[in-house]
Amino acid sequence: MTERPDLTPAFASSPADGSVPALTPTPAAAPTRGATPTLGSTPAQTVGPYLHIGLLWPDGPEVVPDGTPGAIWIRGQIFDGAGALVPDALVETWQADPEGRFDHPDDPRGAHRSDVPGFRGFGRSATDAEGRYEIRTVKPGALPGADGETEAPHLNLSVFARGLLHRLVTRLYFPDEETANAADPVLGTIDPARRATLVASPASDGFQFDIHLQGTDETVFFAV
Amino acid sequence: MTTDHIRSTGSGNGSAGSATPSGLVLPRYRHDDPDTHPPMLHPDYGSTNLRAPRQPLALLPHRLTEITGPLLGEGRLGDLDHDLTRQHAGEPLGQRIIVHGRVLDGTGRPVPKTLVEIWQPNAAGRYRHAGDNWPAPLDPNFTGVGRALTDGDGHYRFLTVQPGAYPWRNHPNAWRPAHIHFSLFGQAFTQRLVTQMYFPGDPLFFQDPIFNSIRDPLARERLVSRYDHAVTEPEWALGFEFDIVLRGREATPFEDGDDDD
Repeated sequence: MTERPDLTPAFASSPADGSVPALTPTPAAAPTRGATPTLGSTPAQTVGPYLHIGLLWPDGPEVVPDGTPGAIWIRGQIFDGAGALVPDALVETWQADPEGRFDHPDDPRGAHRSDVPGFRGFGRSATDAEGRYEIRTVKPGALPGADGETEAPHLNLSVFARGLLHRLVTRLYFPDEETANAADPVLGTIDPARRATLVASPASDGFQFDIHLQGTDETVFFAV
Repeated sequence: MTTDHIRSTGSGNGSAGSATPSGLVLPRYRHDDPDTHPPMLHPDYGSTNLRAPRQPLALLPHRLTEITGPLLGEGRLGDLDHDLTRQHAGEPLGQRIIVHGRVLDGTGRPVPKTLVEIWQPNAAGRYRHAGDNWPAPLDPNFTGVGRALTDGDGHYRFLTVQPGAYPWRNHPNAWRPAHIHFSLFGQAFTQRLVTQMYFPGDPLFFQDPIFNSIRDPLARERLVSRYDHAVTEPEWALGFEFDIVLRGREATPFEDGDDDD
């Protein structure tokens, strides 16, 4: 059986909005629902300043191999709240292929090996001394939503760094997708004044996407 | 595993039993208790002050990009990646330890065939990193980097050396408790986790703002491994067990909506 009653999302009233809750004790055990056992998750901790020794791969930035037709570079810099560049961060990207498909069993349309040879959907790049990261990829396709809406092409990004106790999640949208972006169900929930922080800029060989951890241009980060 | 799949809705106006236009049925992941993970801003850990976002996080409902994720397999592993004591010509200095455990999701199910990455300082507390220049010796026989895949039951196992504590400049006389960094992917973007494993009884916990950034003391304890005499190998290596729990899927459909979170 795969059909289930239509249900209101459990997270609709979740407090996971980044606010700092009061220091109240938590129950000894997380609540369980029905017969489902619930184990408390292992907490996140920072990657610290030496993530480079453990998390870098020589081919990390290569979502697609060199020479892939239509390949683009996504490049950006990461800034802290004082406007200083962040040289000890790691950016990871996850995205659909150009057909809007994932090679993953939980995609209810079925796992789909991309037609783009060597496409793996995942990229990781540390920042350099100038706070720069770079990912070589191909533009993803649009995605269907469960209620018939369509998500504009996007990448999900995780940002890790010294001083980030938990990863930050953001999304990159494309500047040449104005119509799709205007109809995107996620962008539509974001304060219009801040939406631009999620849209990359055109660059000569791809797109530029800077990330501001704090400040007047603070990037929109998501609770997932 | 159909019981793990319930429909994701964008509108939340629950018309029970009706088919969605697209017919997509997505697994959904439970949100962790808000005190499980550290707050982004934790002033005692000075580096958070200019790096933690100041705006509230926006809610990202789980859609296709969130419920999928990189499934990284054997291609990411070298032959000796699980044994940090055999990556060089000689043996590293320090106490050999076996670190093992299971990767589980919040419903207690093992997470099989998932990549576990670790990194750590050597026995003297120094990382093999250009930025680490505190005057403890580097060990020519120790890099401090490991990778493994969990087996079908979610088990992983590393052989390494006990990492040393090391000083940093966060506050007066600041020392990090001994720890090993862990990176896990799980099976979905929502499950991505980077954490640290600590050792039982470490006397440095009380003054460490990173460990203590976890508000819930029970959650904090989940970062501490357990000495495991059953895995300790005679005349060879001490054993420590460290289970890692990634976010669980929603498994039980709610009777009515969102009033219980």
